[in-house]
Amino acid sequence: MAGKTISETILSAKSKSDARAGDIVVAALDLTYSHDGNRPLAMDLLTSMGTDKVWDPARYILFLDHHPSPNALSAAAHTKLRDFAIQQGVRLYEMGDGISHVILPERGHIAPGDLVIGSDSHSCTGGALAAFTTGVGSTDMAAAMATGQLWMRVPETILVRCSGVLPRGVAAKDLALAIAGRIGADGANYMAIEFAGSAIDALSMDGRFTLTNLAIEMGAKAGLIGTDAVTEAWLDGRLTRPWAHLTADADAVYARIVDIDASTLTPRIALPHNVDNVVAIEDLPRTRVHQVVIGTCNAARESDLAEAARILKGKRIAPGVRLIVTPSSRDTMVASMQSGVLATLVQAGAVIATPGCSGCAGGCHFAVPDVGENVLSTANRNFKGRLGNAESFIYLASPATAAASALTGWITDPREEFRA
Amino acid sequence: MNIAGRAHCFGDDINTDYIIASKYKTASLDPRDLARHLMEDIDPGFGQRVRQGDILVAGKNFGCGSSREGAPLVIKAAGIGVVVAPSFARIFFRNAINIGLPVFICDTSAISTGDDLEFDLEAGTGRNRSTGALIEAAPLPRVMINIVRDGGLAAHIRKHKTFQVV
Ligand code: SF4
Repeated sequence: MAGKTISETILSAKSKSDARAGDIVVAALDLTYSHDGNRPLAMDLLTSMGTDKVWDPARYILFLDHHPSPNALSAAAHTKLRDFAIQQGVRLYEMGDGISHVILPERGHIAPGDLVIGSDSHSCTGGALAAFTTGVGSTDMAAAMATGQLWMRVPETILVRCSGVLPRGVAAKDLALAIAGRIGADGANYMAIEFAGSAIDALSMDGRFTLTNLAIEMGAKAGLIGTDAVTEAWLDGRLTRPWAHLTADADAVYARIVDIDASTLTPRIALPHNVDNVVAIEDLPRTRVHQVVIGTCNAARESDLAEAARILKGKRIAPGVRLIVTPSSRDTMVASMQSGVLATLVQAGAVIATPGCSGCAGGCHFAVPDVGENVLSTANRNFKGRLGNAESFIYLASPATAAASALTGWITDPREEFRA
Repeated sequence: MNIAGRAHCFGDDINTDYIIASKYKTASLDPRDLARHLMEDIDPGFGQRVRQGDILVAGKNFGCGSSREGAPLVIKAAGIGVVVAPSFARIFFRNAINIGLPVFICDTSAISTGDDLEFDLEAGTGRNRSTGALIEAAPLPRVMINIVRDGGLAAHIRKHKTFQVV
C-alpha cells in the first residue's frame, strides 16, 4: 500500500478510516472558528440545524477582526457575537486583537495533525503547522458547530518542491507569488498543496504562513508544510498540548509535482486584477504608486514589519504616497513597538491601523483608494474593487518591495536597497 | 427538477468580490437588497437587468475568492434559477448546494448571452433550445445529492443529525 500525503494522514486519523485521495469521509473536527465579516452569521443558522448549542464550546472561537465597527450595522453584529460568546461559553478575540488566521497559531490554538475549519477562505493559513485547516461557508460551519463533524472529499495533493534558497532581498511572498503564477488561480481546485524542499526548510514560520495563506488563491483547499526543527522552536512556549511531528510519507502519491528553483528567483509582483497575474519585477514597466499597504493575514507579521522598517529607517516616504501599516495581531504590534520597528515606520510617514483586516477589503471601510489610483499591498488579493473602489488598481508584493516603493513613489526593486 | 431560462454569460475566474462587492457587506443583511448590486463591478446594471428564472453561465473556477455565503445567496435572491460553469471554486460549490442554489457543471463554451436554455438537474442533462445542442453534466457526489434532496444542509442535518455520504 502506498504511503500517505499529510492530508491523507490527518483525514485518516480524524475519520478513523484509511482515507485516500478521492474518498468522501465524515471527519471529527479539532477546532472551528468564525469572524464578524460574513453574512449570514453561522450562529444565526445554528437553530436551523435543530440545536441551539455549540457541540463543544472549547472548540469554537470567535474573532472580531474584519470590521473595526465602521457603522451601526457592524456594531450590532459585534454585540450579537459578544452575547453569543458569553451565552455559549466560547472564546472571543476582540476588535484590535488581530486577524484570526494569525492569532490561532500565535496563541497556540493549532497543533500539527489537527483538523480545523474556519468560515473564511484564508483558513488554509494554519497548514504551515502541518494541520489540515480549510475554509467553509456559514451553513457548513453551522453544521460543524452542531455536530462537531464535517463531510470532506480527501483531496489529491500537488507537491511544490522548492530547491535552493531564496537570494537576499527575495522573500517568502515572492516565492508564494511565483508559485501562484505557475499553478494559476484554479490549478489546485479541490486539491491540497504541500510545500517542501530546501527553500522551505530555510523559511521562518512567518514566511511559511505567508506561503500557506496564498494556497486558496490557487484554488487549494489546504496548503501544508511538514514539521521540522523550525516548527518545534516556534511552537515552544505557544502550544501547551502534547504534539507529534508530522510529515508526508516518503512514498506518498502526488497528483502532480511542481519544481521551483528558489535560488534564481527575483521579487515578484501580481498585477491587477488577478493574483496569478504575476511578473518578475524587472519586467514591470515604470509604475506609479499612490498608496502602500503593509498589512493583512498574508504578510504583516513581526518579521515583515521589521523588514519594512530596515528599509525605511531614517528615511521619509515619497511626497504624495500614503503608507498604511496594519500589524496583523496585537502580539505583532506589541513586539514591533518594543523593538522600535513601529516608531521607525511612523517616523518614515506610516499611518498605523487597528490590528485586523483594515486595508485589505472594502468591507473594512478603511484606506479606500481614489479613482485611477494604484495601490501596492502585501495582501493576498487584488481583485477589482477589493478595496472598495472598482476604478483603482491593486498590485501585490513583498513587505520589502512595499517599503522600497513607498520611498520612491514607484514600484521599486527592494534589492536596490541592499546595494546602498 | 426542470429549469429553463435565458443565459447571461460571464468569463473565467469570476470571484466572490465580483458577485457581490465586499463594500456592501456592512450595508445590508438582506440578500434581496444586495441583489441589485450583483456583478456590479464587472457588469454595472446587471443586478437591475436580471429577471426571475434567468440562468447565469460562466467560465472556469466560478466563485473563487471568499468563503462568503452571501455570494450564492445574492445570486439566488436575484432570481437566478441555476449557475452553469465548467468548474466551480470548492467553497462556493459547497455553499451553493448547502443553501439550495442549483449548480450545473458542464462545458459552457458554446453558450451565448440570450440563448434559451433548459436543464433537468436530477438527470444531469440540458439543451440549448436556441442552437439545439445537448448539454451533459458532470455528476455530483452522493452526499451532495442527498443534501439537495433534503432541501439543503440545514434540513439534512435536522433529519440525520450527521452527514449521509452513501
Ligand atoms: S486580512 Fe484580508 S484576506 Fe485576511 S482574513 Fe482579513 S479580509 Fe480576509
